[in-house]
Amino acid sequence: MSLVIRKPIVTCFHCGEDVITEGITSNDKHFCCTGCKTVYEIINKNQMCEYYDLSASPGINQQTKIREGKFDFLDDAPIIDKLVHFKDQTYYHVTFYLPQMHCMSCIWILEHLHKLNAGISSSTVNFIKKEVTLIYKHSQTTLKEVAKTLTRIGYEPHISLNDINTTKIKKYDRSRIIKLGIAGFCFGNIMMLSFPDYFSLGTLENPELKHWFNYLNLILSLPVFFYAASEFFISGYKGLKQGFLNIDAPIALAILITFLRSVYEIGSASGVGYLDSMSGIVFFMLIGRYFQNRTHQRISFDRDYTSYFPLGVSVIHPDGNETQISVADLKVGHRIKIHNDEIIPADSILFLGKATIDYSFVSGESLAVEKSIGEIIYAGGKQTSGAIELEVLKEVSQSYLTQLWNNAAFKTKKEVVTVSFIHRISRYFTYALFSVALLAASYWFIYDASKIWNTITSVLIVACPCALLLSATFTNGNMIRILNKYKLYVKNAAVIERMAAIDTVVFDKTGTITEQGKSDIIFCGEDLTPLQQQFIRSLANQSKHPLSKSIVSFLPFSPSLPVKAYKEWKGFGVEGFINTVSIKMGSAEFILGSKSPKVNVGSTVYISINGACVGYFLINTKYRNGLAEIVMQLKKQVQVKILSGDNDSEAAYLKTIFGRDTEMHFNQKPEDKLRYIQQLQKQHRVLMIGDGLNDAGALMQSDVGIAISDDTNNFSPACDAVLSGKNFNLLNELICYCQKEKLIIYASFALSIAYNFIGLYFAVMGDLKPVIAAILMPISSISIILLTTGLSSLFEFKLKKSKV
Amino acid sequence: MSVLFILISASLIIAIGFLVAFIWSVKSGQYDDDYTPSVRMLFDDELTANKTEIKKSIKD
Repeated sequence: MSLVIRKPIVTCFHCGEDVITEGITSNDKHFCCTGCKTVYEIINKNQMCEYYDLSASPGINQQTKIREGKFDFLDDAPIIDKLVHFKDQTYYHVTFYLPQMHCMSCIWILEHLHKLNAGISSSTVNFIKKEVTLIYKHSQTTLKEVAKTLTRIGYEPHISLNDINTTKIKKYDRSRIIKLGIAGFCFGNIMMLSFPDYFSLGTLENPELKHWFNYLNLILSLPVFFYAASEFFISGYKGLKQGFLNIDAPIALAILITFLRSVYEIGSASGVGYLDSMSGIVFFMLIGRYFQNRTHQRISFDRDYTSYFPLGVSVIHPDGNETQISVADLKVGHRIKIHNDEIIPADSILFLGKATIDYSFVSGESLAVEKSIGEIIYAGGKQTSGAIELEVLKEVSQSYLTQLWNNAAFKTKKEVVTVSFIHRISRYFTYALFSVALLAASYWFIYDASKIWNTITSVLIVACPCALLLSATFTNGNMIRILNKYKLYVKNAAVIERMAAIDTVVFDKTGTITEQGKSDIIFCGEDLTPLQQQFIRSLANQSKHPLSKSIVSFLPFSPSLPVKAYKEWKGFGVEGFINTVSIKMGSAEFILGSKSPKVNVGSTVYISINGACVGYFLINTKYRNGLAEIVMQLKKQVQVKILSGDNDSEAAYLKTIFGRDTEMHFNQKPEDKLRYIQQLQKQHRVLMIGDGLNDAGALMQSDVGIAISDDTNNFSPACDAVLSGKNFNLLNELICYCQKEKLIIYASFALSIAYNFIGLYFAVMGDLKPVIAAILMPISSISIILLTTGLSSLFEFKLKKSKV
Repeated sequence: MSVLFILISASLIIAIGFLVAFIWSVKSGQYDDDYTPSVRMLFDDELTANKTEIKKSIKD
């Protein structure tokens, strides 16, 4: 039988979490913890309660406390210099990344920081990037105080080693929008000036006016040709230089020929040229590129270990003084102090204190590891049992973990290795086009040689692969948008195509198919009285063992009672007295004196009260909801494998989910994972799904690396796509959806071929009037845009159905 | 018909004016964040200390 937990009725006024501990109130409002209450009181005292009016329970849960003195390193002048991006006599400008930012209230409170700290003169939020840019008077406040102000109201700035390593603030690429604006402007005006010619209005009587219009058009087309279209020329040229014909090359050729022929016609007064069509197509193609490349600024896909490591660390000098220095300046032999819940920045030897290191993110081991004095602790682990002192063995960039980033997988770009099928089709298309042009030319060579040049240029003008580019960019753009809706954030359009081609899915275990930090617990045995529960909870509270922690979080809250004669038997269990009652908890061997028959998977913790065993807790790793179904669906079309850094204790259970025939590898080091993927890639196209730093190599090496993240604000290693843990069960549908990409592009391309035939008909006849080109171009472009976005939204229907 | 020369020139000059305004707005960063301003405008205004001085500092 299992315990029934009281369902909480109230939610926290500040953060909206369920209130488990009653009695934390202020102004008749309930809070889940004193942290939330404190934040509320600060906000209330400063008359900033508008914060709570804008969205319901907008606050950030305050249950995890932030250590006093955490921001001491912000007093260090060199660190300040690196973080502050501008300063003058009065003001310092600094930008912080606040991953907690999530709603309107956040924007409001962060832009009213001056009420909380008079030294802050202005604060501007960029919600998409989750950044706040602060301007403060350094005569009135310090960077540390600013960070503390933010932390006090629940927005702890995320300051990592990465913040000082990279060159400051990547400039947002504005030239793309400017190009778009200029192309649109010129296109509109050229169209307008060409209208009289389309309908032969007035220009016939007044040739002077006609010339004037033509020259104006020519002037207007210059910025399009030389500036807006430049990326096609550059990319096409780069491709050719590397011996690769990409889609931009034939497009650039078509633009060039259109422009030259128009210049010739206008100059020789023999015609009006096709400048309207040329600027139109450039405009549409730029829109397509813009639409496709609207990336998600708030998710960074190229993070390495530096964004995971802290920026500052306390160094203890031989004379006992403690100072804060930047992690990048750590030297071998430095003595450092690591506090609870901090990450160890460099390989070092434990010198003082009790270390319980959680490596789950780094190596995939699900249980924390205890280390004793003198043992080596590798960088990346998180200390979970109080403060420790370490002596640095290797500099940060030399440590065992960071070596992984030296692998070649991190240096080659996948986009370079795999070539999109778009380029392949465009090549065939180009060959076909040249043959048509040649055929037409040879025909006219026999019948009317004067028409040869006219025909060849007309063919190249009317049938460039622009339609293909439009199909691809608009399909991808819309698909990326739709995938976003289902919380799969892809890095760029090429990922969709690679994802469609995969035939093997490799899962990491810890954090990927299991839910981080959650476990399934049931109690088997006698019914526990509330008093017994309180006793067990109090005892478990003394121990730092992960299993004890799980039990504490499982039992309903009760105040901890003092435990006397507490003893911890490493590897077995703990015991102690509460009042006069003796309580023991631990392995079957420890409690019963004999090994229990192994009936279940997972871990068991036996409980004895006053020497009598009352039952045991059965603790299982919690697998993600719907894992079994996902695996079933996936196995219909791809191979599934497991690659875990953890031990094989759950292998038997995993076999029941994944089936007997599934390959499973345990105790894999990060490099092993990378090599395994490399091996697989000789025959397969691999999708790797992982979450931690230990998967970073495998994610980079695989054809598509998806990082699972339960909270997209959190750190995720470099990858091609980030999938929210909540939508893990949609994985199969999302892959199927990506497979539709090619279909849609082919369909719209077929449509554009139909238009091309009409145009080609006129072209080979040597009779392509500008007005025909000017009608065909927008019609074909717009119908392609409608078709691609329509189809990709239509296929979304299936996704929607499976979500319900 | 000669009136057309003047009219077209005038219309082009006005249009170019708008294009310049657009380019300026992009360069001054108005397109960098296309979400936050839409929320910010809904908040009630309260003047903060010495806006002009801060603006000067931003410009520098």
